[in-house]
Amino acid sequence: MAEKTFIVRIKRQQRADESVRWEEYELRYRPHMNVIICLRDIAERPFTRGGVESTPVSYDANCLEEVCGACAMLINGTARQACTALVDDLEKPIRLEPLTKFPLIRDLVVDRSKMFEDLKRTYCWIPIDGTYNIGEGPRMAPAVQEKGYPLARCITCGNCLEVCPKVNSNDSFVGAAIVSQVRLFNMHPTGAMHSAARLDALMGPGGIAECDNAQNCVKACPKGIPLTESLAAVNGQVLVHAVKSWLRGE
Amino acid sequence: MTVPKITVVGGGLAGLMATIRVAESGVPVDLFSIVPVKRSHSVCAQGGINAAKNLKGEGDSTWKHFDDTIYGGDFLANQPLVKGMCDAAPAIIDLLDRMGVMFNRTPEGLLDFRRFGGTLFHRTAFAGATTGQQLLYALDEQVRRFESEDKVRKFEGWTFLSVVLDDSGVCRGICVMDLKTMEIRTFPCDAAIFCTGGIGAIFGRSTNSVVCTGSAQSALFQQGVYYANGEFIQVHPTAIPGEDKCRLMSESARGEGGRVWVPKQAGDARRGKEIPESERFYFLEEWYPKYGNLVPRDVATRAIHKIVFELKMGLVGEPAVYLDVTHIPREVLDRKLEGILEIYEKFVGVDPHVEPMKVFPAMHYTMGGLWVDNEHQATNVPGIYAAGECDYQYHGANRLGANSLVSCIYGGMLAGPAAVKYSHGLESGCESVPAAIFERERVRQQDITDALLNQHKGTENPITIWREMGDIMTENVTVIRYNANLEKTLVKLDELSERFTRINLQDRTQWANQTLNFVRELGNMLILARVITLGALARNETRGAHYKPEFPERDDANWLKTTKASYDGGKIILNYEPVDTSLLPLRERKYTAKS
Repeated sequence: MAEKTFIVRIKRQQRADESVRWEEYELRYRPHMNVIICLRDIAERPFTRGGVESTPVSYDANCLEEVCGACAMLINGTARQACTALVDDLEKPIRLEPLTKFPLIRDLVVDRSKMFEDLKRTYCWIPIDGTYNIGEGPRMAPAVQEKGYPLARCITCGNCLEVCPKVNSNDSFVGAAIVSQVRLFNMHPTGAMHSAARLDALMGPGGIAECDNAQNCVKACPKGIPLTESLAAVNGQVLVHAVKSWLRGE
Repeated sequence: MTVPKITVVGGGLAGLMATIRVAESGVPVDLFSIVPVKRSHSVCAQGGINAAKNLKGEGDSTWKHFDDTIYGGDFLANQPLVKGMCDAAPAIIDLLDRMGVMFNRTPEGLLDFRRFGGTLFHRTAFAGATTGQQLLYALDEQVRRFESEDKVRKFEGWTFLSVVLDDSGVCRGICVMDLKTMEIRTFPCDAAIFCTGGIGAIFGRSTNSVVCTGSAQSALFQQGVYYANGEFIQVHPTAIPGEDKCRLMSESARGEGGRVWVPKQAGDARRGKEIPESERFYFLEEWYPKYGNLVPRDVATRAIHKIVFELKMGLVGEPAVYLDVTHIPREVLDRKLEGILEIYEKFVGVDPHVEPMKVFPAMHYTMGGLWVDNEHQATNVPGIYAAGECDYQYHGANRLGANSLVSCIYGGMLAGPAAVKYSHGLESGCESVPAAIFERERVRQQDITDALLNQHKGTENPITIWREMGDIMTENVTVIRYNANLEKTLVKLDELSERFTRINLQDRTQWANQTLNFVRELGNMLILARVITLGALARNETRGAHYKPEFPERDDANWLKTTKASYDGGKIILNYEPVDTSLLPLRERKYTAKS
C-alpha cells in the first residue's frame, strides 16, 4: 500500500532584503502530527518535492504546548501557534508563512521585541519595594483573581497584533495584548496605585485611541483572553484619567 | 576594584531571580538567554509551588516540608540546604504574591493551597494550572523594570558556548553566539551564574521545551565544572505521549481529586467512560492506601509500568492508563485546572471533562546537575555559580512535585548575592584580564564552528543522530535500569559520537542558522548522555528514581553518596562524596503503609 503523504508549502526568505521563494515538501503522514513535526521532518530530510536539496527551515518554537508563545506564524493564512496546528485539521496543501507585522529575520522567524519594549513603555509590572521579607501581599477577592488570571495568561505571541488593521507601517497602535496587560496591572491592589503612569503611556501616539474596534484580536487570541473587554475597560480608564487630569489643570 | 560585573545565563525562574537580587544590590547584570526570557521553560510548570504556610489548620510546618522532601528524595539530598529552602518557602510565596502573581484565593481573599504528591498536607500554592507561567511572568516583569532603569542588559537570542578561563582557571567571562548573525563574542564578567535548566532533549521526547538540551551544563563540565548525580532522572507518571514532545498532565489533576485507573479486565475495549465503577482498578489507591494517587512520581511511574508491561493491564491499543477527573465538578475544574485540560483537549481532541484522559510516563526532570557547594550555589570553578534545575541540590534521588519552582527561586536568591560577594572579594576584576585571554577562547570557539561549516563531506543527519540518542536513552536509562542495557547504551553513544564527526551541517549560511546551533548542542548532549549513563551503571542499588531490579534495595552502606563526575582529557571520571545527613536520621522509604 502506498504511504499516505501530504504537501506543505513554505515561504522561504534567507533575509529580509533577499528574495522570496516558495518551497513544497511532500511529507509522510502519521496520526497526531502538528506543524512542528512537519518542520522537523523537513530538517531531517531537506529535499523539496522536486528533489532539490534545500536547507532546514528556520522557525521559532519552544514549549510545544502553547504556553510560551514562540511558534506564532501564518498557517493557511491564519495567525496561530504552530504547535497546536494539527495536520488532521488543516486544509492541504498546508501553507506556512511568517507573521507580516513584525520585521522578518529568516523564513518563519520574526522579531517581536517591539511587544516587550511596549510592555516596558507602559510600566507593566508591580513596583515592589524589594525582595526582602516584608510580609504578605495584599488580600484579593477571588472575583478579582478570576478576572485577572485569564489576562495574565497572555503569551505575547503577537497574533492579536498580526490581525489588527491598526498595527501597520503607518499606524503605531501598541496592540490589544499590551492594553490588556495594562488592565491587568491596574486591577491589582498595588498596581492600581500606579495606574496613572500606565494610562499616560496609552494616551499618546500608539495609544488606546488608535484602536478602531475591528475586534479581530479577540478571535485570534489562542488563549481566549477577553481582549475587546480589556480594550473597552482601558479606554474608559483613559477617558476618566484624562478628565481628572484636565480638572486638576495638569 | 570598581563595581563588579555579573553575568546570568538563562532567563527562567532561577536566572530571573538571581538577576533581580544582583540588580537590587546595585550591581549591573548582563542577562543572556537563547529565547526571549518570557518564553523560558519555566512557563511549562503547571501545578504549583510548595510552602508550608499552614493556612488550612492541618498543623503543617516547614520542618514537615523538609521531612517530606528528604524522605521523597530517598535521603540523597544534602539536608541543611533543603532545610534552608523549606524555611524560606513561605516568604518566597509572600514575595511572589507581592509581585502580583494571580494565585488562586480562598473566600477570605487569602492564598489557596492544594495537595500534591509525596505529602499529606495542603501545601501547594497555585495559579490555575499554569503556575510556572505566572511566576515566570512576575519575575520577568520585575526584570523588565530593572531593564528600564538600565540596571539590567538583556541579550535575548544568544546561546552560551563556553566560559573564558584565565591561566589560573578562574572564570573571567563567557563566550556566546548571536543566533541571528552567528557572530561569536566574549563578554567579560567577574562572576557568571548559570541557570540553564533541564536536559530533556537528551531523551528525545520529554515534557521539556526545545531549549532544554543541557548543552550549557555539558560545555561547563567539559571545562572543568563537576556534574553531580546525573543518573537521577525523573520520569513523570502522567503525560500525553507525542511525537514532538510528551505533554505534561500535572500532578495537580490528582491533587484536586483526579484518579488513575485501568479496566479490571485486561483487554476491555469499551471507552473509559462506559466502564462502570465496579469494573475499574484504581491501582494506586489499592497499592498505596495512605497516599493513594499522590504517591511520589517515581513510585507512581513504576506502578504504571508494572500495570502496562508486567501485568499487561494497560489500555487497549496503546501503552497508557486513565487519569480521570470527570467526577470533579466542572466549576472546580475550570477554576483550578483549566490550563492543562485545555492542553489535553487541543492536542488529543477529546474533552477531559467527560472522558478520562489517556496518559503514560515521560522523562520530566533531572535531579542531577552541575555540582554546587552546600551554601552558595558556587561550583568548583571560581566565579561560576549555578541555580535551578541545572544544579544538583535540593531533590536527592527524586523530586517532589511543586518543589521545583521553590528550589529555582531559592537557588537564584542565594546565587545572586553570593556572586556579588565573590566579585567584591576579587583582587583584580575582569577588566584587568589581558585581551588575549578572551581572544584565545573566541578563536577556539570560532574554530569549532568553522570546522562544522567547512565540512562538506558529511553524511550524517543531526536530527537522526539526536533521535537515535533519545530513543536509546529513553529505553535504557529512565524507569528501569539493567546494567547490560546501560553498557549497550554506552556502546551506542560511542557509535553516535563517531558518526557525529561526519555530520552534514546542511545549512552553511551565516544568518539565523538554527542547524549550526543545534549541531553544537548535539555534540554537548552526547557527552552529557554518557555522564548520565555511566553514573547509572556504577550505582548498583535502587534509590528514588534510580531503579535497578538486579539491586532492588537502597544500599546506604555503599551508596549513600553523591556522584561527582569530572572530565579529564576527554575522559569521564566518577568520584563520590558523602551526603550531609546531619539533620534527619535515615529511615526506610515506604509509601505502602496504611496509615
